Amino acid sequence: MSDQAILSAPGAAAEYDSAPATKVRGYWQSVAYRLSHDWITLIFGAVVLVIILIAVFAPLLAPFDPYAQSIVGRLKPMGWRGHPLGTDELGRDMLSRLIYGGRISLIMGLAPVAIAVMIGGTLGVIGGFAGKVANTAIMRTMDVFYAFPSILLAVAISGAMGGGIFNGIISLSLVFIPAMCRVAETATSQVKNLDYIEAARASGAGTFAIIRHHVLGNVLGPVFIYASSLVSVSILLASGLSFLGLGVQPPEPDWGLMLSTLRQSIYVDPLGCAMPGIAIFITSICFNLVSDGVRAAMDVRI
Amino acid sequence: MSAALDIKPYVDVRDRGGSAQPMLIVRDLKRHFRVKGAGKGAVVRAVDGISFTLFKGETLGVVGESGCGKSTLARVLLHLVEPDSGELVFDGDAVAAPDGISVAELRRQVQMVFQDSYSSLNPRMPVQDSVAFGPMVNGRSKSESRRLAQEILIKVGLRPDLFGPRYPHELSGGQKQRVNIARALAMNPRMVILDEAVSALDKSVEAQVLNLLRELKRTLNLTYLFISHDLNVVRYISDRVLVMYLGQVVELGPASLVFSEARHPYTQALLGSRLSMDARQRVDAPPLVGDPPSPINPPSGCRFRTRCPNAEGVCEAKMPELGAWDGRDSHVAACHMQDPASGHSKAGLH
Amino acid sequence: MFGYIIRRILFALPIAIGVSIVCFSLVYLAPGDPLQTVLPPDATAETIAIVKHEYGFDRPVPVQYAIWLWHVVQGDFGRSIASRRPVTLEVFGSLANTAMLALFAVPVAFATGFAMGAIAGCYPGRILDRIVTGAAVIGVSLPNYWLGLVLVIVFAVEYMVLPASGMGKSGSAAFSLWRWSDAQFLVLPVVTLTMIPIGIIARTTRAAVAEVRSQEFVTTLRAMGLGEGAVIRHVLKNASPQVLAVMGLQFGYLMGGSILVETVFTWPGSGFLLNKAIINRDIPVLQGTILALSLVFVATNLVVDLLQATLDPRIRRA
Ligand SMILES: Nc1ncnc2c1ncn2[C@@H]1O[C@H](COP(=O)(O)OP(=O)(O)O)[C@@H](O)[C@H]1O
Ligand SMILES: [Mg+2]
Repeated sequence: MSDQAILSAPGAAAEYDSAPATKVRGYWQSVAYRLSHDWITLIFGAVVLVIILIAVFAPLLAPFDPYAQSIVGRLKPMGWRGHPLGTDELGRDMLSRLIYGGRISLIMGLAPVAIAVMIGGTLGVIGGFAGKVANTAIMRTMDVFYAFPSILLAVAISGAMGGGIFNGIISLSLVFIPAMCRVAETATSQVKNLDYIEAARASGAGTFAIIRHHVLGNVLGPVFIYASSLVSVSILLASGLSFLGLGVQPPEPDWGLMLSTLRQSIYVDPLGCAMPGIAIFITSICFNLVSDGVRAAMDVRI
Repeated sequence: MSAALDIKPYVDVRDRGGSAQPMLIVRDLKRHFRVKGAGKGAVVRAVDGISFTLFKGETLGVVGESGCGKSTLARVLLHLVEPDSGELVFDGDAVAAPDGISVAELRRQVQMVFQDSYSSLNPRMPVQDSVAFGPMVNGRSKSESRRLAQEILIKVGLRPDLFGPRYPHELSGGQKQRVNIARALAMNPRMVILDEAVSALDKSVEAQVLNLLRELKRTLNLTYLFISHDLNVVRYISDRVLVMYLGQVVELGPASLVFSEARHPYTQALLGSRLSMDARQRVDAPPLVGDPPSPINPPSGCRFRTRCPNAEGVCEAKMPELGAWDGRDSHVAACHMQDPASGHSKAGLH
Repeated sequence: MFGYIIRRILFALPIAIGVSIVCFSLVYLAPGDPLQTVLPPDATAETIAIVKHEYGFDRPVPVQYAIWLWHVVQGDFGRSIASRRPVTLEVFGSLANTAMLALFAVPVAFATGFAMGAIAGCYPGRILDRIVTGAAVIGVSLPNYWLGLVLVIVFAVEYMVLPASGMGKSGSAAFSLWRWSDAQFLVLPVVTLTMIPIGIIARTTRAAVAEVRSQEFVTTLRAMGLGEGAVIRHVLKNASPQVLAVMGLQFGYLMGGSILVETVFTWPGSGFLLNKAIINRDIPVLQGTILALSLVFVATNLVVDLLQATLDPRIRRA
């Protein structure tokens, strides 16, 4: 290329750049577009929605009071005296308990993840953006919690603090915070040294403004994807805690706890014993598949 | 044209020193990076004692092979990377000194345009927001910043209604680079550092962007530090040229002189290895061979001696000085052959 | 390599210390006076005074930790509140039973998961891939303790071919793997335990194989005229470090995470011990078991990292 060619190039400053206009579409719009063409995710997403709606409208849907016991009607089979799925070991209506159980199971699945996103995400962004000392302090602390198998950590903390929904949520949050923190930290340190962050610093933006406008948008994606995959894990762990007598306490209807109490009657009523597990399984697999779909839709370079 | 940007020479209230006061004086600037895995205490001498003066209203081109420290120099000038030592004087005020100008204030007056890469613009932000970001964090209201961004997009040749709402991946390389320029100009700077600003562009687009830069410089009364590894581009846009080699300045002078009568063997070699279709511009010098030596353990004495056809004992023993320069017309080179007293056999032949 | 081993161990040490701090603090997480949580409710004033002094409960917390750690390195985790036996004895007896489950579950889970994932990864999008992927999702979505219950219902309650729970008449001490009357008790717990690792390993292997297959060198191998079998061998070899890392984690989970499965099958392992400790609020046992299990987990990770480094020399330099 000779100097001449550059000199004779048309002055473009005054002209409008006239490249063909592409369709203007933001990142989230393209994610939504891809999701809308992924029928597996859509179907299972719909099931998740139904499960959530059932949980929300439990009082309207449940045919019986989930706490009402009956001495005569224990462990009755399906259809007995208008109990569609029979009764449990205290004569309570199985279907009503399953419907109400969804409430607690969903709360136990979603609350710890939400808490972990907030705390772990914040710590991760701080760790990713702060200097070496703060980063080391935060990440090495997280490594310690990472060194426990997740169920073990949850059992240890709830085991020490005692049962109850609140303690269960706290211990599960503590299980998820380190992983969340790592995801956020990785995403943050990836964008931290990019040119546009440097340019933002060059225009005099403070750390807080840079994080808010330039970092969060890039961290939320990975964090959200990871969080969505944790919901199913959280539901499984929470029901596991309840199964062990930690987490939800009787007489609350909770799938894990129901499994635990019905287990005593496994020889009498095997089918009834299996039902809460089916509920956990369906919920967990739906969240898993939706999470996979969301990941596939979001994990695209733009 | 907006009132904010329509600043005529000599009425800029920020011009404190007058036209004779250089925009930027750089003295003995150093920045070394510690590197892992290359022995204890090993450092990359990315910027190793650089001094130059940037006059108001000029374009100073900085050339050198990739890895010679050009980007580090640019970042150190804005304190995006802290210098190890050295002095920066912006319009008569020492930067980051107690009685001088603060880094924050410096960044308000000096802006930077990066090479167009996947990371030069936030992929999650419509470009008009990227342009408006600077004014916004500097205290302007959101709507005001938006309006300003639209005006500047017009100035860089992009229709705001068409391009403003787009995301970076929906723009071509040239369009993205116009946005990058707009983002820098939104801060209403007096000086702009352009680090490989056109290097990733196709030749025809490059020419358009270069012309845009010239035009903007004239209308907005800007001063440019134009960094590139491409000699043709530097020649086209620069008034003066600074040649870097392994973190140091080897030659500095008016563009026409540096390109027609290069004094440093390195500059001559660079010109010799350049592809030029114009026979008159070919330089009779052996083209550059091999890679530059490692900046971790640079050669003693003259850093270029390992690749220099004229290397002698004195080049190994003593580091050549750039020599004194005093104005826009000085042409100096850090080579023993320039100094009759150096003891080099070819000294004074030029 | 030697330098890498040293560095990796030095890196694991602070983590082990951190883990011990977490376990130590469990006593403080428990509601009530920490001294009460490590003593039986009917402890005499004399015992209280002795323990208080010996474990430094009247000293500042860091000193308490140092004293506790000193006891722990000597193998003294205190005494169980429920059984009054030294925690160390309880923990090691149960750990051996858990290891027995893990030793059977590991080869089954790893071989099955790896084979499934490799097949799926080699034929992405095909019907086999779909089946494997579906099965893997089911594996990781199943509550494994529930699966255990279902297996009990089917094999112990309906068909009565396998025992439902426990370790059999001979008990933990005389248990012999070579007697079917004993070994049959292993079948259901092991099958249940393998479910999640199979799912996870199959997913990881599939992803790793698919990724390696998409790399350029595979095309080069094909272009060089290598047969499909040889190409697959190359691909699997290149995918193995990544898979190995996940397998190591899963081994740790099998050791530490079997609490639910052991509870379902009343298998007298560490998980079951933990469950008993929770029911009895036996904090010293809880603390000791968790510390032992998490140290096993830390050690496993260490070994896996070193193994990985032998397989993949690039890691050593990082
Ligand atoms: N943050 C950093 N840490 C360590 N080394 C660096 C860093 N930034 C630049 N370098 C080194 O400094 C030298 C100069 O780099 P750079 O300024 O980017 O050169 P150029 O822009 O001329 O290509 C290179 O050897 C590079 O590896
Ligand atoms: Mg550069």
